[in-house]
Amino acid sequence: MIVFRQIGAVVLKDLLVELRSPTRLSSLFFYAFALLLMVAFASSTTDVMRRQAGGVLWIGLLLASTRSFDQSFQAEHDEGALEGLVLWPVRPVALYYGKALANALSVSVVALALLPLLIALYDVNMRGDVGQLVLGVVLGAGALAAPGTLLAGITSQARGASALLPLLLFPTVVPAVLAASRVTTLVMEGDPMGQASAWLGVVGALNLIHWTASGLLFRWVVEDA
Amino acid sequence: MSAANPGIAVDVAGLARRFGPRWVLKRLDLAVPAGESLLITGPNGSGKTTLLRCLATALKPHEGQIRLDGDDLWRARDRFRGSIAFVSHATRLYEDLSARDNLVVWARLGGLPVDADSLLRRVSLPVDRRDPVRTFSAGMRRRLALAVALLKTPRLMLLDEPFTALDPEGRALVGAVLDDLRSRHATIVLTSHHPEEAAPYCTAAAHLDDGRIAWRGTPAEAVAKATP
Repeated sequence: MIVFRQIGAVVLKDLLVELRSPTRLSSLFFYAFALLLMVAFASSTTDVMRRQAGGVLWIGLLLASTRSFDQSFQAEHDEGALEGLVLWPVRPVALYYGKALANALSVSVVALALLPLLIALYDVNMRGDVGQLVLGVVLGAGALAAPGTLLAGITSQARGASALLPLLLFPTVVPAVLAASRVTTLVMEGDPMGQASAWLGVVGALNLIHWTASGLLFRWVVEDA
Repeated sequence: MSAANPGIAVDVAGLARRFGPRWVLKRLDLAVPAGESLLITGPNGSGKTTLLRCLATALKPHEGQIRLDGDDLWRARDRFRGSIAFVSHATRLYEDLSARDNLVVWARLGGLPVDADSLLRRVSLPVDRRDPVRTFSAGMRRRLALAVALLKTPRLMLLDEPFTALDPEGRALVGAVLDDLRSRHATIVLTSHHPEEAAPYCTAAAHLDDGRIAWRGTPAEAVAKATP
């Protein structure tokens, strides 16, 4: 029970910090949106644009969220709050799941806000199930945030954190980003073979692996060894 | 904190801690009876902050042992952390939140009750100020950090240079908090480069030099030794 209360408190704390100074969420949104815009204007034909819309969305989210995960630990390190949280004591597992949930929520909100813009910019004819699209976006955001939070926690204590994080994160999340991108494309372009559910299963399984493993490992990120 | 919730006895035996190849604490021995208020002096780099961070369980000892009320501190750290408050150089405040937000957030994280107005008044911070902590002066941040630490009603209070960056009113305020903690029989360990400021609130003193306790005595002796 204490763990669940602490997870809730960490989520609320991160959301309150974001509410008071929404720089992280806005930079996440505009970074990803700028990429959507650039690719849209660089594309030669509408048909090409439509086919690459899902992939562009997830490339934008991957690049933008990397910076966002990094920033989520910056507030903890500025005045030594991370150490304070551990000594308070907030259990490392609660700290991890609280921060990862807040990060997943941020990426989901930005992704869902980008979807209508993506549909309009890339002239997408929505042919699939919108529910599957939303589920794919939320699961994809979760599969990004789970390892992203763990790795940002590790790299935030190292020199050159912003350069180190992508090096560790990108190889880890490539399978999830590919699967989420496939779900988005299938739902947008039409899914006559019913493959979207299978790809959703892949993203779901990757979520399970990332959320479990990262939660178990986080103690060694914040505790002195 | 009530009489049924008294201070914790601290027993440090052979404590050693290094950073890379450099040993900062070198088989340090120290006993602090429950309810004592110990002033630790020593030059820069003598290991004062490292000792406090070991006592706060922020650092794991590389050798030796710290016992609180007879139990190994590192092994039982999850149990003791709720009873230990540590006011360090890092204020542990969220810069984008107001003073009240910080108190509410930290209380919520610990599942603690909070009367933000009362705590803000206790450290002489305005109760109606809504601007973020990043606009506060260093002294105001130190006061707020102290208020956050007091959310816990600690049995062991650790303070690293608590009088630094404070004006005379702020120093008197820290003194009043220390007096209050002493009256509740909390154990206090604090470091200071200015023993004359801290001595009135302490019952014992120790001098740390090159990672070891060089001498122990009274706060008055610490003041006398520090006076040229």
